[in-house]
Amino acid sequence: MNKIDLLEQSLMKTDLPPFFPGDTINVHVRVKEGDKERIQEFQGIVIAIRGEGLKKSFTIRKISDGVGVERIFPVHSPSIAKIVKVRTGNVRRAKLFYLRTLAAKQVRAKTK
Amino acid sequence: MPGILGKKLGMTSIFDEKGKVVPCTVIEAGPCTVLQIRTKDKDGYAAVQLGFGTRREKNISKPQLGHFAKLGVRPTRFIREFKSFADGTLKSGDMVTVELFAVGDKVTVIGTSKGKGFQGVMRRHGFGGVGGTTHGQSDRLRAPGSIGSSSYPSRVFKGMRMAGRMGNARVTYKNLKVVKVIPESNVLVIKGAVPGAKQGLLEILKQG
Repeated sequence: MNKIDLLEQSLMKTDLPPFFPGDTINVHVRVKEGDKERIQEFQGIVIAIRGEGLKKSFTIRKISDGVGVERIFPVHSPSIAKIVKVRTGNVRRAKLFYLRTLAAKQVRAKTK
Repeated sequence: MPGILGKKLGMTSIFDEKGKVVPCTVIEAGPCTVLQIRTKDKDGYAAVQLGFGTRREKNISKPQLGHFAKLGVRPTRFIREFKSFADGTLKSGDMVTVELFAVGDKVTVIGTSKGKGFQGVMRRHGFGGVGGTTHGQSDRLRAPGSIGSSSYPSRVFKGMRMAGRMGNARVTYKNLKVVKVIPESNVLVIKGAVPGAKQGLLEILKQG
């Protein structure tokens, strides 16, 4: 193993649950307000995972007040306090960008 | 400036204390052997000669081999001299390691840029090309334009920027920040990019 991989590995989180596109996960995000810090939850469907090692990131999508919201997180970011897997999805694609065009009912059917 | 020799391993990105992603270059720096101390009295200038890497004995000329044998050290692939290395505490045979640097230090990194071959003026000097594609114009899109006046001076001035070989030149990047130092594996992590290809030789100088 080369020295870059070793460096990345030493900085990577090890306590994350494995999750895949289609899964519903709950991301606990650290939010700094002034000098106070609190946890904000963001729950949604993982629609894409890209990158490897320390640079790995994922896109998570949810419908908030009827508006689709997507956030991209680096998996090993220190601002992620915790990731909780809520539901395992069953999908046939690695990238679920087609969910953007579907209604909520269809999304449920597709990720079952 | 005190410095060290290193090898560019590649780039990655790590998180800073605020959680922001920092793009950085990973360098294998040192350990370097001090091969010789140049002094003002003897050599006319003060410098420290450092060796880095390894090289097989059969690939080295006898005079060079003697230079290494004098100190009883293994032959090194690269030898470079660093001028105005601090005070003179070093002596031949000493080791310079990556511990020379601390997190937050500003460094200057010198390397040889990647060769780009023969390139036109747009790529090499950032020219804009000549005119558009319409009005019957067909072959001037990436041309340099005028390179001077006519009967006076009847020549092209020296240093006129034209097409030619690009890259493969000594390039210096200043004010790069040290993000991480790992002495166990001789690794130096620097914010941003450094000149040259992976595996390329770098001179890393500590700024005053």
